[in-house]
Amino acid sequence: MRTSIRRSRGTVAMMAATALATGLLAGCASDSDDGSSDAGGGDGKGNITLTVGTFGVFGYKQAGLYDEYMKLHPDINIKENVTTRTDVYWPKVLTRLQAGSGTDDIQAIEVGNITEAVQTQAAKFVDLGKEVDKSQWLDWKLAQATTKDGKTIGIGTDIGPMAVCYRKDLFAKAGLPTDRAKLAEQWKGDWSKYVDLGKQYMKKAPKGTKYVDSAASVYNASLGGASERNYDKDGKVVWDKSQGVKDAWDDAMSVATSDMSAKLKQFDPTWDKGFANGSFATVACPAWMLGYIGEKAGDSGKGKWDVAAAPTASNWGGSFLAVPTATKHQKEAVALAKWLTAPEQQAKVFAKQASFPSTPSAYASLKPQADTTAYFSDAPLTQIFSDAAKTIPAQPLGPKDKPIDTAISDIGILQVEQKGKSPAQGWDAASKEIKDVLGQ
Amino acid sequence: MTSKEALAHPASSAETAPGIPPGAVRGAQGRGVPDGAPSWRSRLYRWDTKASPYAFVAPFFVLFGVFTLVPLLYTVWYSLHDVQLSALDHQSWAGLANYRNLLSSDFFWNALRNTFTIGLISTVPQLMAALWLAHMLNYKLRGSTVWRVVMLTPYATSVAAATLVFTLLYSWDGGMVNWILHFFGVDPVNWRESDWGSQFAVSSIVIWRWTGYNALIYLAAMQAIPADLYESAALDGANRRQQFWHVTIPQLRPTVLFTIVVSTIGATQLFGEPLLFGGVSGTKGGSEHQYQTLGLYMYDQGWIIGNLGKASAIAWTMFLLLLIIAAVNLLLTRWLRRSDDRR
Repeated sequence: MRTSIRRSRGTVAMMAATALATGLLAGCASDSDDGSSDAGGGDGKGNITLTVGTFGVFGYKQAGLYDEYMKLHPDINIKENVTTRTDVYWPKVLTRLQAGSGTDDIQAIEVGNITEAVQTQAAKFVDLGKEVDKSQWLDWKLAQATTKDGKTIGIGTDIGPMAVCYRKDLFAKAGLPTDRAKLAEQWKGDWSKYVDLGKQYMKKAPKGTKYVDSAASVYNASLGGASERNYDKDGKVVWDKSQGVKDAWDDAMSVATSDMSAKLKQFDPTWDKGFANGSFATVACPAWMLGYIGEKAGDSGKGKWDVAAAPTASNWGGSFLAVPTATKHQKEAVALAKWLTAPEQQAKVFAKQASFPSTPSAYASLKPQADTTAYFSDAPLTQIFSDAAKTIPAQPLGPKDKPIDTAISDIGILQVEQKGKSPAQGWDAASKEIKDVLGQ
Repeated sequence: MTSKEALAHPASSAETAPGIPPGAVRGAQGRGVPDGAPSWRSRLYRWDTKASPYAFVAPFFVLFGVFTLVPLLYTVWYSLHDVQLSALDHQSWAGLANYRNLLSSDFFWNALRNTFTIGLISTVPQLMAALWLAHMLNYKLRGSTVWRVVMLTPYATSVAAATLVFTLLYSWDGGMVNWILHFFGVDPVNWRESDWGSQFAVSSIVIWRWTGYNALIYLAAMQAIPADLYESAALDGANRRQQFWHVTIPQLRPTVLFTIVVSTIGATQLFGEPLLFGGVSGTKGGSEHQYQTLGLYMYDQGWIIGNLGKASAIAWTMFLLLLIIAAVNLLLTRWLRRSDDRR
């Protein structure tokens, strides 16, 4: 449900164990099994156990959806196999899909991997397009999981519409407007205007604070709202010519070269500490990040954070549910996937942990938790995020989006931001890295 | 081998009359020769003594074969093919292209260099500190068991937990290391992104975890040194320092060699510490790959980028590297032994 770089600190140990096991002799393709069961068979009484393979925190269990479904269908048992990180989860799924065994009955797929799944693994998944009313989903969401010949291999769970979360107390001290409507108006249309406001902030910045957490986060936010990312409509890699990449890179560069960033790396422990210490005033935040901010910034941030509409409607993250053809209980698995992604259930997950639905018909009934709303100064969260969700551009994705984005963010931008390289040097380093990634 | 032959031989010679080939006897038995019963038993016995040792060791070799040898050999196959994680069934012959790619890749040489320098920064101080600690513990101390247990605790700590703590200690903004340095007027160091700083930080985790372990090995070896050597040295008027250099160190030589070999192998495979030290996208080993080791590079190529062919080539290159190190070590040991004999 969350992107690959999200990870909770408590699970570092597990990640290390998996990484070590797979890594030391990664040449051996055998993966270290985490004990997840094979497609669960019946237990002899006509009962069926369905397994759901997920990563990160999907919130189905937390929102009580599994229990609810099992109550509705007494003959069904549901077991969730969770892998924390997608970069551990996805290789595992890929190898199992191709081996034709070991997959779960339902397999979650993150947006960063969906194109690879569509382009290389479509035959291994059930066509869910025939099973559901496709018009329920946002067009671009549906398109991401649909092959060229019209097979829909996954149905959308959540999406990640973006807003800007900001500390209004720090804004006030820096002499900037604090009203969310006024701010949204000021940077509307272009992330570079958001960066410009940062220059103003830094002139009177409260001691020990910066405007934004990192240059990479601005890159990511700006890129998420572009109509072209790393691939063009025909699936060709055009990252170095893409207008979206260029604009986002320029925004990130003006952040990196003007000392307005706290120079943190998102989802690092130090980033968490940055929230707690209030060391940056804004962060581009998708809906799912709200809970994270509340947790890391803690009680002292309550009522100080506010949410304003982002410069452009931008998306970060989101996932799909897919049913591998290798499952022994295809009918039951499809029914469960369908139920879990229905608008009513998506609304329940949103209520629990602010994962934003990909089905617009759920938007009318969305109610965020009272705590969350209070934490963010009673901002109209549902309205801000659903307005963004409806106007997010359809962006062609490609199989290597993830490593390309990583190369630009964690190589190119980081070198400029933290090692004092020039933007040209950073771009060259990223280019070299991407060439290696693409095997050119 | 020898005991097995000794057991097997009497049985076979009892059965086979001299001059008659074994096959003839077996044929005769097949037709029901009167003394068939005892010979059947002895055949069973012979079969038992010959086969059962193999049966006893078989489980290990079967498991080893299935889970280690076959995958290992499969990586040879992989390394000679273009294999993508998303298309495992579509492998095309690449010959030595993966290896050529490595040799011409700056990233590979960089990773090799990092592995070497981090290995050096972590192993040398580690072993010297271990030697010194062992020397201290070798004296009669109060509560020596407590000290020994304390020394072993870092070794018992998980890599992940240790690295997480170290990452916080080394954090740029508000980390303890920079806080201490500021008392000495040193500007905050960006440990993770600086070239030497990051390598030093990663090495320090390794040193912290392994020093105690090596110290205990040294200590065990020291306690096996006969006390009369020290006595006679003391009679000759050697002080403690001289005793250490002229008695302890020469006696420890095989142990030191052993720890060097083990640490070198560990350093070549260094993976967990730099991965977790890097945090998010830790497989890159920093924005300039400044602490990307060979292990990280292999993992990044194989599982993040999905180029399993190249990752396999890296694995085999690492294996080759270890072989070379082993060979150097063997030569060194021989040379040392010979120089010992000459004395």
